[in-house]
Amino acid sequence: MSLLPYLLRRLAQLVPTLLFIAVVVFLLVRLLPGDPASAMLGDRARDADVARINHDLGLDKPLAIQFLYFLKAVATGDLGTSITLKLPVTTLIAQRVPVTLLLTAMSAVIAVVLALPLAFLSALRRGKEADVVIRGVFQVGLSMPVFYLGLVLLTVFGARLGWFPVGGYGTGLADHLYHLFLPALTLALSLSAVLMRNLRAAIIAVVGAEYVDFARAKGLRARTVMLRHVLRNALISTVTLFGLSVGTLLGGAVVTETVFAIPGAGRLMIDSIYGRDYPVVQGMTLALAVLVSVTFLLTDILQASLDPRVKR
Amino acid sequence: MSAPVLSVRALRTTFATPRGAVAAVDDVSFDLHQGEVLGLVGESGSGKSITLRSVMRLVPPPGRVTGEVIWQGRDLLTLDPPALRRVRGGEIAMIFQEPMTALNPVLPVGLQITENLQAHTGLTAAQRQRRAVELFDLVGIPGAARRLGDYPHQFSGGMRQRVMIAIALASNPRLLLADEPTTALDVTIQDQILKLILDLRRDLGMSVIFVTHDLGVVAATCDRIAVMYAGRLIETGSVAGVFARPAHAYTRGLLGSVPRAGAERAPLLSIEGTPPALADIPPGCAFAPRCALAEPACHAARPALALVGDGHHSACLRAADVLAQGGLLP
Repeated sequence: MSLLPYLLRRLAQLVPTLLFIAVVVFLLVRLLPGDPASAMLGDRARDADVARINHDLGLDKPLAIQFLYFLKAVATGDLGTSITLKLPVTTLIAQRVPVTLLLTAMSAVIAVVLALPLAFLSALRRGKEADVVIRGVFQVGLSMPVFYLGLVLLTVFGARLGWFPVGGYGTGLADHLYHLFLPALTLALSLSAVLMRNLRAAIIAVVGAEYVDFARAKGLRARTVMLRHVLRNALISTVTLFGLSVGTLLGGAVVTETVFAIPGAGRLMIDSIYGRDYPVVQGMTLALAVLVSVTFLLTDILQASLDPRVKR
Repeated sequence: MSAPVLSVRALRTTFATPRGAVAAVDDVSFDLHQGEVLGLVGESGSGKSITLRSVMRLVPPPGRVTGEVIWQGRDLLTLDPPALRRVRGGEIAMIFQEPMTALNPVLPVGLQITENLQAHTGLTAAQRQRRAVELFDLVGIPGAARRLGDYPHQFSGGMRQRVMIAIALASNPRLLLADEPTTALDVTIQDQILKLILDLRRDLGMSVIFVTHDLGVVAATCDRIAVMYAGRLIETGSVAGVFARPAHAYTRGLLGSVPRAGAERAPLLSIEGTPPALADIPPGCAFAPRCALAEPACHAARPALALVGDGHHSACLRAADVLAQGGLLP
């Protein structure tokens, strides 16, 4: 049974999703209070100047026409020019989105590395000391606000101990990873807490399943039983949660990016919203929406490859 | 008769509960000989499945098993993990009631067979694959070679049970433990599966323990029967002997509750009441509260299994009176 037909169908489903996102993004920006012309020219701008800028930006045309222009531009890879930064939006996306992507990917990896073994330990020692301690620590991690957790890590490992830089992004991949470690850890702690709890519950449910007994009755090693029979089944539900969480992280790392002064997509987004920088907000929202959709698509594919019962 | 291949002695399986340990299996002893088919019979909750799992040391936590399970001169209950692994699946195989839940839903059935072979034989990957096809042919799955890559949900109920039997038989076990292998199946499929197990017993010289609540299955397939009630064995003997002359009031009631096709229409007997909860089994005979023949002595002390005929044991103080009532077979 091949995954290919399923993959093609899911890819085809992506088209209407993206089109819908485009409509929402387009409308959302136009529904925001205030307009870019007065943002650029200040409160005391003359009406004629405002009208000229609106005309230059195409904002005096009917909404439907504006949308068609927007679609045509997007299709040709032109997302417009930033009003405040005077740079093509695609350039800004190319600068900022990879930073956020790297941060998210790093958090995801750290979260999995933390959650996977601890979930097993916790599930197999259910109710014992190890389980209680692990769940207690994660509970604290989960209930702490991200900005506070970030500040604590920054103060202790950045300022006090000096092991990590206190902010910025550095140059070169190794340096990027080094700079992103603390912020990634900040994001990973709450993510791993969610994953750990979910995976622990899933493992507990699966360990009691009859097919696990059957696997034991075949005389398989405990490790084979755990990895081949238990983990695989337990991961099915956790993978979905993981995908959703990572998708949320992509657009939701704003606080962490601010605390650690990382030039990521979230920061740019916030600045652009304040500056009524329509083209940037539009372009970035679209870029992030595409990324999130692709993340969900990858999640579905991963889930389908784990679970042959998923309708393909 | 030769020495038994399996000797279970004073098997006791307890589960810790907030109100103290509860015995799901209590003081169960029996022997099984080469090529013999033993039917372990009882109502739901009588401890028959837990007995089977106790033999394989597959009792779910917090269960605790004591006593002895002597297999080939070794006590399985004290075996170290590597030796236990060699016995499990290699010498003793187990099949479960519901193949949909006993087969791993996310692994192809071929892998679920070959992993058994990998654990117990020195076959190469290619040889394991060939053996898997052979096993599918043996248990009557059409298109064996094509179907190894399929997943359990792509098989019908009867075919799934065949898959499970193929997996269990992979490494030529000498004892098959079958936990209600046909209960989840249609009657016609049921018959095919029972036939298959008996054929395999004959061809491979296996011994079989059948756990079932279906006396019809016992009559059709087993050499000997062991009846369980509230975690204890209450009657054992040859199937012919016990069916013809039950020696325990409970067994007699059980036999009377089976509908029979025949010339004469007899009313179906049913046993009044329900089995006791495991947490409060009465001190005497556990069946006494439901028994029409019970007398004060039955409530006072727990009767032991006693010889009542040729290889026929019963734990009933009124065995003589039950025997006197005769069998229910036409």
